[in-house]
Amino acid sequence: MKPRVSVHKFSSCDGCQLAFINAGPALLELAGLVDIVHFAEAGPMDPDAPVDIAFVEGSISTQEEAVRIRRVRESARYLISIGACATAGGLQALRNFNAQGVDDWTRAIYARPEFIESLDKASAISDQVKVDLELWGCPVNAQQVFTAIRRLLFGALPFVDNEKVCQACKRQGIVCVLVTRGTPCLGPVTRTGCGAICPAFGRDCYGCFGPAENPNTAPLSRRFQGLGLMPEDIARRFHFINSQAPGFLEEGRNWDQGTP
Amino acid sequence: MDEQTVFLPRAEADRLLEALRGAGFGRILGPVAREGTLLFQPLRRWDDLPAGVRDVQQPGRYRLQEQDTPRCFAWANGPQALKPLTFRPREPIWRAQRSADGQLSFQSTQEDPEPTALIGLRACDLAALDLQERHFMHGRFPDPWFRRRREALFLVGMSCAHPAQTCFCASTGDGPAISRGHDLGMAELDEGYLLWAGTQAGKTLLERLDLDAATAAQRRTVEKETHQAAMGQRRTLPGRHLKQGLYERLQAGHWKDVGERCLSCGNCTAVCPTCFCHMEMDEPALGGDSSEHLRQWSSCFNAEHSFMGHFVVRSDTRLRYRQWLTHKLGSWHEQYGRSGCVGCGRCITWCPVGIDITAEAHALLKEAPDA
Repeated sequence: MKPRVSVHKFSSCDGCQLAFINAGPALLELAGLVDIVHFAEAGPMDPDAPVDIAFVEGSISTQEEAVRIRRVRESARYLISIGACATAGGLQALRNFNAQGVDDWTRAIYARPEFIESLDKASAISDQVKVDLELWGCPVNAQQVFTAIRRLLFGALPFVDNEKVCQACKRQGIVCVLVTRGTPCLGPVTRTGCGAICPAFGRDCYGCFGPAENPNTAPLSRRFQGLGLMPEDIARRFHFINSQAPGFLEEGRNWDQGTP
Repeated sequence: MDEQTVFLPRAEADRLLEALRGAGFGRILGPVAREGTLLFQPLRRWDDLPAGVRDVQQPGRYRLQEQDTPRCFAWANGPQALKPLTFRPREPIWRAQRSADGQLSFQSTQEDPEPTALIGLRACDLAALDLQERHFMHGRFPDPWFRRRREALFLVGMSCAHPAQTCFCASTGDGPAISRGHDLGMAELDEGYLLWAGTQAGKTLLERLDLDAATAAQRRTVEKETHQAAMGQRRTLPGRHLKQGLYERLQAGHWKDVGERCLSCGNCTAVCPTCFCHMEMDEPALGGDSSEHLRQWSSCFNAEHSFMGHFVVRSDTRLRYRQWLTHKLGSWHEQYGRSGCVGCGRCITWCPVGIDITAEAHALLKEAPDA
């Protein structure tokens, strides 16, 4: 029997599921290697079917999701969260900083806020259930996803690089945008995996893959200050796509009320 | 430079490129001003070189400026020179294929490198190549990938008359004059170039060029400029053999100090022309019937670098920086007979937070030895 795989969506933009759909021929090849039993965006619908690998996209942002993620966990041997929403709460977790609670925002934004059912805080999948592997990024890198699947099919543990973006830059011969242009690049504290796309196009990394292993954010923030960033700008560098990730959360807080 | 040194007028400089092509070097690389720095790129003609460009380097900062000079080499260096050409940042080492009956076959990935001439290498670059050769070619397990690429190179060194603020090759004894490791040595004057041979291949090339001898006055000018370039350097290391000094201070408080500032991002090791650490990994194709074994640049600032079966030996930045510095300036002497630092200053300039290896080394050696 072929291994069974599911892809689940929680609060997200669906962009990480596109890692599968945009893979084209690789997705067809995958469909020959495994049974994709649940993947609403691509067609198959069987959310409670037992699976060997469950991919989870999105954050836990509603009461319904908080219940549903437990069913996904129970039905899966191996659970992989994919993308910034699933690994760190995503962009929608910026609401976690609103001390007034989520109603404060829904009242300000929606004509009929009573239709919006939302938890006060958006959280990562690993805050709710045990996660076996996290693949970071906004969006995830399709190559990383397929490599992880291949390794699991071999019965080996997936290896996920956690070094800094700088090393991907240097291997590709990309010139450092922080050193030559003084742009506030988060590469030195951000996990590799994207292929250093932003610096390759001459702009600074904004940390969409979340914190790298052993991130030393404080001296980088001081460097940003030296480059002319105001404290609130420094806070926003860290409180963005991965605002709730350990390392980025604290560093942003250190600056959101002024120079620490 | 010697009595056989010849003079190539600036207006005729393209003749050198023609002679290199005539000698079989279809690919000629030289420094080109691009992306705010100087990168080794294919040269079609001498005009591609960065005439009137000057680099301004400081800890964590690099800018190019224009200046009023006809010279093409009035700068110190860019982020890379030889290392990516001989020690590839990422390359397949072998490929494996599984046939329908389950048999495995392995294919080598060794390429046939194109003969390549490099123009504008600094003395520090050549000294660094010598160190990489000691590691990759002259150890117990010579590296065929490195060796083939190295043997396809023709090296044109350029004496440095314009060190950056971050340079300290005079302190390590590796520059700024071109004295070894070159096929052809060069020095730039406003009116043209002095050329001298370092190898038989260089000598043959000079014979093809058939140039007039340089005048004694020209040679004196180059000697004077090179001397000034050495004297103008402000940074130093606190000695050329620091192994004992560092090993006696493994518990120094300053390791913690630098560990708090260091990002452990590995930029220093990536731009260091002598750092050779790498990791290897397999990338299986999705179907599971073929796989590629890759080698890529890694760094002692990564957790993976000290992962020993089930734990990371150097879990914090203090220990990683200490590993880098005590290896580079200390245990390198045991392994390769000299320090691993050639004074190019790249680790200082390209460190995002401007950590200065010379300042850290001085600060460490000022501390009292461990009890």
